[in-house]
Amino acid sequence: MAFYVVQFLTGLASAASLFLVASGLSIIFGVTRIVNFAHGAFYMIGAYIAFTLTERLSGAFGFWGAIVAAAFAVALIGIIVEMVLLRRIYHAPELFQLLATFGLTLMVEDLVVLIWGPDDLVGRRAPGFRGAIDFFGQNIPSYDLFLIVLGPVVLGILWLLFQRTRWGVLVRAATQDRDMVAALGVNQKWLFTSVFAVGVFLAALGGALQIPRDAVHHAMDLRIIVEVFVVVVIGGLGSIIGAFVAAVLVSELNAFGILIFPKISIILVFLVMAAVLIVRPWGLFGRPEAPARKTPGLTVNPWRPLTSNERLAALAALVVAATLPLFAGNYALTVGSEIAISVIFAVSLHFLMSVGGLASFGHAAYFGLGAYGVAFLAKMAGLPMIGCLLLGPLLGCMGAAVFGFFAVQLSGVYFAMLTLAFAQIVWSIAFQWVSVTGGDNGILSIWPEKWAASPSHFYWLALGVSALVTIALRAMVFSPFGYALRATRDSLLRSEAVGINAKRIQWTAFVIAGTTAGIGGALFAYLKGSVFPDNLGISLSVDALVMVLLGGVETVSGAVIGAIVYKALNIWLVSQTDLSKLVLGGFIVLIVVVFPKGIVGMLEMLAQRRRKTSPPGSPLLAKPIESAE
Amino acid sequence: MSVAPPLLAVEGLTKSYGGVHAVRGVSFSLRSGEILALIGPNGAGKSTCFDMLNGQNKPDTGHVRLLGEDTTGRKPREIWRMGVGRTFQITATFATMTVRENVQVALISHGKQLFNLWGSAPNFDRDEAGRLLELVGMGGYADRPCGELAYGDLKRLELAVALANQPKLLLMDEPTAGMAPRERVDLMRLTAQIAREKSIGVLFTEHDMDVVFEHADRIIVLNRGTLIAEGSPAEVRGNPQVQAVYLGEGLLYDAGHREGTSA
Repeated sequence: MAFYVVQFLTGLASAASLFLVASGLSIIFGVTRIVNFAHGAFYMIGAYIAFTLTERLSGAFGFWGAIVAAAFAVALIGIIVEMVLLRRIYHAPELFQLLATFGLTLMVEDLVVLIWGPDDLVGRRAPGFRGAIDFFGQNIPSYDLFLIVLGPVVLGILWLLFQRTRWGVLVRAATQDRDMVAALGVNQKWLFTSVFAVGVFLAALGGALQIPRDAVHHAMDLRIIVEVFVVVVIGGLGSIIGAFVAAVLVSELNAFGILIFPKISIILVFLVMAAVLIVRPWGLFGRPEAPARKTPGLTVNPWRPLTSNERLAALAALVVAATLPLFAGNYALTVGSEIAISVIFAVSLHFLMSVGGLASFGHAAYFGLGAYGVAFLAKMAGLPMIGCLLLGPLLGCMGAAVFGFFAVQLSGVYFAMLTLAFAQIVWSIAFQWVSVTGGDNGILSIWPEKWAASPSHFYWLALGVSALVTIALRAMVFSPFGYALRATRDSLLRSEAVGINAKRIQWTAFVIAGTTAGIGGALFAYLKGSVFPDNLGISLSVDALVMVLLGGVETVSGAVIGAIVYKALNIWLVSQTDLSKLVLGGFIVLIVVVFPKGIVGMLEMLAQRRRKTSPPGSPLLAKPIESAE
Repeated sequence: MSVAPPLLAVEGLTKSYGGVHAVRGVSFSLRSGEILALIGPNGAGKSTCFDMLNGQNKPDTGHVRLLGEDTTGRKPREIWRMGVGRTFQITATFATMTVRENVQVALISHGKQLFNLWGSAPNFDRDEAGRLLELVGMGGYADRPCGELAYGDLKRLELAVALANQPKLLLMDEPTAGMAPRERVDLMRLTAQIAREKSIGVLFTEHDMDVVFEHADRIIVLNRGTLIAEGSPAEVRGNPQVQAVYLGEGLLYDAGHREGTSA
């Protein structure tokens, strides 16, 4: 019995930090409508700075002063980020904001390693809370008790701040209708900046308070951000009390999940999240999302099938690509295969994201499931390669069918967060369920059969499949289903009013995109000869997003160009520098701010300007482009 | 009179939110080819009433019957499939698609081809889409991106989309809101003409009394959730209760006055 009580208290203690970070995210979202992906990064910087300060400053005052000073220092960094970056993208589509803040996260990960080194850092114990309290033979660290008290105290302070101060009233008003608040003469710029600073302060404080409990390391940002996303999805974005309740719930589920499903404890959290989403799609304490802003960021240029000349040009490009083995070496062919597979992955996400308007932040899950599908079939069932390639993607299809069903109940940022959380769950299963997936060691030696073994043969296989997939998805864009999917993206209200079951259309699109990604993953398993949890990790999901964005999210097939350019650049970059995340993150931020239409979108616009027939695209996106020139 | 059920029969519709009775026991009916206006001051329950007809809201009690079939509590898309077209107070169209594609989406849905993955949508019922656009005077705009259209043209496009499933009934929520006076007259004339030609029943809510008195065959008046008058434009205008409700707004007087002088 005592053991369960202690387990419960440990859960409560973990909830404190989670609540701090989640409430910060919620407050920022409420006012600015930005889902701050970099929140995990601020949490991590808070922990690192607190570590350094607590090492330098001595005594109890030094320790606690260092914790608070670290949070203030990070809040200052947050203010700079808000003024320099976020102010430029408040009016950009949600997807761009998520991506820009993700780019920041990537940059921070490399910077942190650069400054503090790659090793785990173990911080000091908190003065006054060094010992443990004996509870019927079980030890409870006294610091845990401190955290348990801290959570409700912070909740109370926040409540007072929002109910009793002028600033709090403005924040609550802006959360309901920020345009109205601006119209009433409130300086919105400083309101947004201050809100962002408070949110970041909370995240950094959460990170700083973790150092007596946990080692500080450079991957803690992604771990916390996924948990925070789960918390705000359950609690409801924008609700502080929701963040508190959900943080406690998730932490307790984690604490007891280990006892029930020791191998895959995260399953329990997933089941609860799924249940909440069915009953209350906007979270326990959230309010239904206001009707989405009018398809922001989409141009008015209608999509058209390729003319016969353009088809010939595409065919010619394919033929040229097919001649690569005649003059290139084995390394170039392997790179070529990898690029072809990236094209499959990118066009599959593009179908969901650009045609369906559903920006998945966890698309790698289905890519990776396809890869694992092949690995299971090849190693356990001993199927021949063709059989594996045909059946392996079905695992991606099944995953997409299950997760997609829940995901399409939501839209916008909720959809993005949910898909990310799902992907992380799949990753955790692959990582934790060692007896089946091999865990971190992966599944090795999945080699292609003789007919596809040589680099040139495999390259042709990958190129052929990727061409087929691209053509098929493009045909689908101009099929009746494609029109229906675009209709649900443009106006849910009107689609339902012309008899379209929008959720079913979107679910179908999700399954199509997931299966297609699975095809890419299946080929990838054979290309690498192995499968690892990284094949369904967050960074791969973001790769896909960047490829689509780089090609042009508003184009029909920009993803193809985006995938080729990005993958080639990425492979080259990794071979050139150790700071690839820093460069990549900076690159993402740069695209979002100055280059939001992507390569193909840009070319289309230039071509149009030359013709001078149509007006420029949406004013929303045209502005940053013009200011960049 | 035939014994066939009326096109639309509304019986004892009631809806309350908390303690507020938004709609109380409203009953009326509508024949094919008839144009019926639903009017009333702000807060009278017009929108609540309207939303219960098109499936966006469920009544607490009461029934809506379409050609005898009960549609109460069905989803908007199911009601559309039974032959009810609708337009919105604030237009809802597919902004990134062309005018023709907007109509084609409705035709694809009507033809139950929504899950057809391999057909060619650009050629789907292209002629029928063209005919519908001609009908509403948008034939020349077929290839224009919908996002570029002026507001009045969007309203026409919505009408074409609403007609795509050969509806028996059109529900139009403030069809002329936000339009210039000239456009209002044109749009309502067009609607009336199409309704009579194709024998479609039309129910519309409207604030502009010029539009109401010129185009409605019959008018029903809501006030505080209750039906207070029903009849021809002349009868409703002469109804003292209606005049009392609208007193001070000057709307009825103006409308009658203007119509009187122009006739």
